[in-house]
Amino acid sequence: MKSYDSIQHVKGESKFVDDILTPEGTLYGYVFYSPIAHGKIKEIDFSEALQVPGVLTIISASDIPGENQIGNVILDEELFASKEVHYIGQPIALVVAESKIQAHKGAKTIKIGIEELEPVFNPREAFERGNLIIPPRVFSLGNVNDAWKNCDYIIEGQTESGSQEHLYLETQGCFAYPTEGGGIKIVSSTQGATTVQKIASRVLNIPMHKIEVDVPRLGGGFGGKEDQATPWAVMTALASIKLNKPVKLILPRQEDMRVTGKRHPYSSDFKIGLNKEGKILAYEVVYYQNAGAAADLSTAILERTLFHSTNSYFIPNVKATAYCCRTNLPPFTAFRGFGGPQAMFVVESAIHKAANVMNVEPHFIQKKNLLNEGDEFPYGQLVENCHARQCFEVAETRYKLNNISKEIDEFNSSNVLVKKGLAVMPICFGISFTSTFMNQASALVHVYVDGSVGISTAAVEMGQGVNAKITSVASRVFSIDPLKIKIESTNTSRAANTSPTAASKGADLNGFATMDACNLILERLKKVAADELSVADAGTISIQDEFVCIDNKPTGLSWNKLIQQAYFKRVSLSAQAHHSTPGIFFDRDKSKGNAFAYHVYGTAIVEATVDCLRGIYEIDSVKVVHDLGKSLHQVTDRGQTEGGIVQGIGWITLEEIIYDSKGKLITDALSTYKIPDINFAPRNIEIHFLENIPNPYGPFQSKAIGEPPFMYGIGAFFAISNAMKAFRPAKTIKYNAPLTNEKVLMWLHSND
Amino acid sequence: MKNDISFILNDRIISDKLNPALTVLDYLRNDLHLTGTKEGCREGDCGACTVLIGTLHKNIVSYKPVNSCLMPVADLNGLHLVTIEGLNGDSLYLIQEQMVDEGGTQCGFCTPGFVVSITGYFLQNDKYDFEKAVEVLDGNICRCTGYAGIKRAFNNVVSRLNYDTKEKKNRIEFLVTSGILPGYFLDISKKLEKIRRDTVDGKQGKSRIKTGRIISGGTDLYVQQWENILESKPNFISGDEELKQIRKKGKNIIIGAAITIEEIQSSQLIQKFLPFLYRNLKLFGSLPIRNRATIAGNIVNASPIADMTNILIALNAEILVESRGKERLIPISNFYLGYKKTAMKKGELIKAVSITVPSRYFLFNYEKVSRRIHLDIASVNTSMGISYKHNKIIEANISAGGVAPVPLFLKSASNYLLGRTVQNNVVKQAAEIALQEISPITDARGSAKYKSLLLRQLIYAHFIKLFPDSVRIEGLV
Repeated sequence: MKSYDSIQHVKGESKFVDDILTPEGTLYGYVFYSPIAHGKIKEIDFSEALQVPGVLTIISASDIPGENQIGNVILDEELFASKEVHYIGQPIALVVAESKIQAHKGAKTIKIGIEELEPVFNPREAFERGNLIIPPRVFSLGNVNDAWKNCDYIIEGQTESGSQEHLYLETQGCFAYPTEGGGIKIVSSTQGATTVQKIASRVLNIPMHKIEVDVPRLGGGFGGKEDQATPWAVMTALASIKLNKPVKLILPRQEDMRVTGKRHPYSSDFKIGLNKEGKILAYEVVYYQNAGAAADLSTAILERTLFHSTNSYFIPNVKATAYCCRTNLPPFTAFRGFGGPQAMFVVESAIHKAANVMNVEPHFIQKKNLLNEGDEFPYGQLVENCHARQCFEVAETRYKLNNISKEIDEFNSSNVLVKKGLAVMPICFGISFTSTFMNQASALVHVYVDGSVGISTAAVEMGQGVNAKITSVASRVFSIDPLKIKIESTNTSRAANTSPTAASKGADLNGFATMDACNLILERLKKVAADELSVADAGTISIQDEFVCIDNKPTGLSWNKLIQQAYFKRVSLSAQAHHSTPGIFFDRDKSKGNAFAYHVYGTAIVEATVDCLRGIYEIDSVKVVHDLGKSLHQVTDRGQTEGGIVQGIGWITLEEIIYDSKGKLITDALSTYKIPDINFAPRNIEIHFLENIPNPYGPFQSKAIGEPPFMYGIGAFFAISNAMKAFRPAKTIKYNAPLTNEKVLMWLHSND
Repeated sequence: MKNDISFILNDRIISDKLNPALTVLDYLRNDLHLTGTKEGCREGDCGACTVLIGTLHKNIVSYKPVNSCLMPVADLNGLHLVTIEGLNGDSLYLIQEQMVDEGGTQCGFCTPGFVVSITGYFLQNDKYDFEKAVEVLDGNICRCTGYAGIKRAFNNVVSRLNYDTKEKKNRIEFLVTSGILPGYFLDISKKLEKIRRDTVDGKQGKSRIKTGRIISGGTDLYVQQWENILESKPNFISGDEELKQIRKKGKNIIIGAAITIEEIQSSQLIQKFLPFLYRNLKLFGSLPIRNRATIAGNIVNASPIADMTNILIALNAEILVESRGKERLIPISNFYLGYKKTAMKKGELIKAVSITVPSRYFLFNYEKVSRRIHLDIASVNTSMGISYKHNKIIEANISAGGVAPVPLFLKSASNYLLGRTVQNNVVKQAAEIALQEISPITDARGSAKYKSLLLRQLIYAHFIKLFPDSVRIEGLV
């Protein structure tokens, strides 16, 4: 099935926020940001800026009719800094002018006096000073203190994992215009339409029903537009209401990179204990999460780190402690994996280090400790429908792990300057929002009299293919051509009180809601058909390939005719349904509960080649066995897997976020912040989806796909490290990601 | 200030009065509301704004991809500009269809750029080879797909098409009948001819302007600077025919200032007499950048990390500058005085670069390490031109970029090598001397320590590559 969205994309006809034809007289905004990482605002002078031709107004904290507060989980973030600034890039004012250039000129002439306060950038330092956003969180299972004495090996270490810029190709942006009665319509590039609506209501001091948020589609989100699309949307709405004019604000790339939050960097300490057989008996870990200057989603991300502290392994004694450390950097935010990758990197580093000490292959330890049915996660949920071992073993045999390993050894013994390395990366990722209440969605389905179907849900299409999947669900329930179905924009007037499209849950939640809504209509249609065809029992009626069937035998009554009949009989051709994930709960006080509807499993084998003369590397191949359930849309699922892998490799190897000593981002452009290009991406990506593994918790037995594959990329770190170790076998690997060319060369040729 | 600009946009002729400094991207999106061309970065690093420009030469239109965010509309005159909208038909064309079927598109924001670049490949080549084909995508970034679906789609099209030149169809005809291009492409050469006829008399005589900002390819000046340039009334010289020639004069190859990097690569004269120059430019920017960036632009920009400059130093090139008809030659090793400061005087303009054709004893190697191999600025780059006769070095020029405020000629290291035989201790000593000549700083491209170490390794790499029998790897690294 060709997806509607893909067809628009290849023609260049998809309309993103900045592509929408704006009315004449649309004004443009430009944000004035804090140039200082921490300080008190002493004075601010807009007078010169207001003289710039075309500049109409400058909006700042004092212009806010409601609350100057955009915090979503914790109320700790102002829309416009009023008294203090907490990071470079914090919005202070919005210049509104007749053109982009004028607005920018205005922003450049604003003068500000800030009394500098000492900033903190390192999460461990923030921890020392007690700058924690929430009290420490601890997940535990068994008793690590008792377990150490039973271990033959106890290995300790420290890891660092870096930040990551989302680099959605479409930058943050919004277009807003006033509607009658003091209302506002906001067209936003956001993953969370309701979040924008709710916060706009708070800031503008108008009720939510006067605010219509519409999301056409996103040019990539990856979590970066879950919470952080909000400020731009709200300030644009504020300007639009104040001036009673349409206003547009699109962040230039460099600004988007400088001022928006990214993946959380973590600094972590681990201690792992194993017996001689390679069984992990105890694991203790402490995470110092760099949250940045405001809570944003950090606390939820911190929690997911704890959920995934043991990745795909059963460890009987676990103590995982996490600190949410406030620093003076732009608030870090959601990014594909949501704290999971950070956790998995630590446990994989621990296993890698243990294997090096024990002089065994890391995958020997990995395999020995994989989750089995009935094992307990550190948060108390029991392992169910487990495919960890199956994925691992299928990968081993399908991709001939032993042969690869042997070939690499041979290659390394006959090459001096070029070395190869291999790593196995199992994953286990929990599917559900860990805040249970967020696991809900709704769908509104209209069948029009011509037989075409329009569907509105809470899901935002951002490239992840949720529209194709919802289309697939509706087309299967109705048994009609997918081309008859259109997925509408995400709009708060059609889907209210929505959860953001995140946590890989978009297709599950909205797919089920769509299924329910379609079934409501289908039941009505069956009755109409029974009536039309004079069949007593509507239960014998079905629709197959756009024709009504009796006992599975087609009649002459087509879908289109049936719809017309239903309309003339005054039967509703619209339905709305709400879905919430059953059976999940989580007790935050005890840190125990069935937090996830299900888990996704998989294993990747990653191979890398290192040029040890120049300190550069290539990822040769990533070969995956992945537990997908039954695919709703194969092109989408394959694409999500491949794309996630490459993004994950980027995070752990190439992509480096660097701030200077004042907290200013140095890697603030695509010329300095490099993400994988077509040449960097592995030459060979092979994906095998486990066959015939149904999943009762997904629509039509499907499974979530968005985030899990990202974590296969972590394997690249260890594949490269193993190749490096072949060059200098005696040296200890540092678990410091991203593993850039610089780190590789320095490790290979220096003695620190 | 507005200029008359005439060109063909997709299937229609456009004549408009425009600020010549306006970028093609802004013109398309804001003035014409053709929003398929996307703004992703405004620095030629993402390719979301890729368009094709077609130039008429002897009745044949040849096409190349460029970044519309870095190209002024001034340079559109007489060209065929192709955007994604110009590649659409009633149903999907082959490339589009494959991109859909193979999952070559997810969020769709980068997709038009990819479709345009892939189309450009078929417009530029008669023989298709997937390994080489992918090279045309070195300027396109996708954050969603991991490129796997894009590669499959591209490969499918490549393997499905077979252009038999014996069939007497020209390339455009072949692509139209193969479902790659819309039919209107068949009439473009005639239309361009008409534009040329209509505007040839109206063209002002080319008086080379001596004041104001001069913009050649614009690939550096337009980066993040479009707003300033719009108001700066610059002089555009990329169409200046006098600056667009490559010729041989005695023992020298003279490359005109406005010659682009791609033109250098495809020049038969260069391939014959300076093959190492032609071979080493693959890592210069991306194809769309190489299609616009000029040799003089790379030199005058004075970036300490410039790739072309780095190579020219090792070739001992000379820069021909001109002011009011007066010309002088400056050896490139004397050209850079300080950070972004050159030996050019006010009012001088680079006219050409002169390179002496080396002797048969000459060997050349270029090394570049950047964060990412393609479309990236080097952490360190270095070139070595060396003449080796009877086991003695008779000439040596080593350059180093990214380790000083200027593109550096490693004078002491180069001098040290003269008269010596290549062996491990000589190589080590040369690298040691080189490290005394540099003053790297810590920045986005690496720490000072790293750059030092990297330069040493890359100097080793020069010798390992050029003298595999004279150096022992084990003793070196």
